[in-house]
Amino acid sequence: MKKLEVKNVSKSFDGNPVLKDISIELKRGELVCLLGVSGGGKTTLFNIISGLLTPDRGQVLLDGKDITDQPGHISYMLQKDLLLPYRTIEDNAALPLLLKGVKKKEARLQVSPMFSQFGLEGTQKKYPSQLSGGMRQRAALLRTYMFSKDVALLDEPFSALDTITKSSMHKWYLNVMQQIQLSTLFITHDIDEAILISDRIYLLSGSPGEIKGEIIIKEPKPRRDDFNLTAEFLEYKRKILTLL
Amino acid sequence: MLKRNIPSVTAVAALLIIWQSVCSTGLIPSYMLPSPIEVMHAFVSEFPLLLENSAITLQEAFIGLILGVSIGFFAAVLMDSFNVLYKAFYPLLIITQTIPSVAVAPLLVLWFGYEMTPKIVLIIISTFFPVTVGLLDGFRSADKDAIGLLRSMGAKRTQIFRYIKFPSALPQLFSGLRIAAAYSVVGAVISEWLGGFGGLGVYMTRVKKAFAFDKMFAVIFLISAISLALMALVGFAEKKCMPYRNTDKKGENT
Repeated sequence: MKKLEVKNVSKSFDGNPVLKDISIELKRGELVCLLGVSGGGKTTLFNIISGLLTPDRGQVLLDGKDITDQPGHISYMLQKDLLLPYRTIEDNAALPLLLKGVKKKEARLQVSPMFSQFGLEGTQKKYPSQLSGGMRQRAALLRTYMFSKDVALLDEPFSALDTITKSSMHKWYLNVMQQIQLSTLFITHDIDEAILISDRIYLLSGSPGEIKGEIIIKEPKPRRDDFNLTAEFLEYKRKILTLL
Repeated sequence: MLKRNIPSVTAVAALLIIWQSVCSTGLIPSYMLPSPIEVMHAFVSEFPLLLENSAITLQEAFIGLILGVSIGFFAAVLMDSFNVLYKAFYPLLIITQTIPSVAVAPLLVLWFGYEMTPKIVLIIISTFFPVTVGLLDGFRSADKDAIGLLRSMGAKRTQIFRYIKFPSALPQLFSGLRIAAAYSVVGAVISEWLGGFGGLGVYMTRVKKAFAFDKMFAVIFLISAISLALMALVGFAEKKCMPYRNTDKKGENT
């Protein structure tokens, strides 16, 4: 079952082609990585999917419905958490509901049971500046989740975190994702990260950006702790490096 | 809080002591510079009159300030929403501030008479500017990525204003308000000075003509006290409106 589909999308800015004929798809419950170098048009693609940019050609389909050029269907989460510093974590997470016209009290009520699931217990009344980077990313993900309960677009969400926090965030994310049955499209430039968490990886590179290959990671989930030390892992890595 | 204020309190106390000793040793005759104690006496004996006149001045200041701030707010919102208006009126806005209020006040008296109107108009002219400029800067400082994120969630323009632009501008709004509050009292006094029936400015012209310097000083102190009180009020509102600024930064482990 296809959750999200990008069909033959091309985009150029002032005559400079940035994306060329991109077609990718995301199945229900899948985690798909879009792996490529920085500045390779990954973020442009995300803006097209979220409806903030209009593609020159091509379509974006959500559950089979055309949502090209329509913001308000899929939200995203960036490396920058973009939590509003003047709102408590609870009110930040409830923001998508408030935008849809839900009353404040009701919105808080809907958000509150999610805090424990996201490992955010006790942060409801805190302000973003009182939280660590990892916790803030969790809160940002909760906000994304409150907007669209089944698809998440994540643009290098953990790349600003230190290695140890990052690896604990990966475990946390895979766990949460399974619990809430989220389908995820994940942008990253970190090859190890992509192999560790993905079901599938699209390789995006070149100028204009093109899909150079697709790699399926067969390792079952949850992944073993030393997966990144195995021969298979290195084999995937070698394959990706030759394709990019 | 107390500890932080020790240097400033000491400085003020030292100044008062020097002033008092200069006066009591007769270095400067008391008709030229009354001693702090004489000023205190004048303040107490004139208190009912001062109170009566303060009421008038404060009333003008409040009405002017409220109108000035409201006009400033709407001007800023309009100029932020329509770039044409911004380009057209921003230079004009700057020009209004280069005109000295002492020059405008007599004209306003000619146009609007000796009642309250010219005072309020002058206060509006001098208070809307810091509010408008502060808000405009604030609106422009709003995080573009955060606005994009809200748009991706289908937010309307009014929602982007309410959830991002306005709260982002609060710090600048409050610094503008603090300046506006001080201007409002000074503006009221200046325009009373230049023509009116009551208020602290009128009282000042009377005691000046009578060479009652002790009363003059008493009213000067009163005016700065009122301005300070107004600024403190703004500061208090600022703390109440932005509780997230008072929180301690402390990290938590994930």
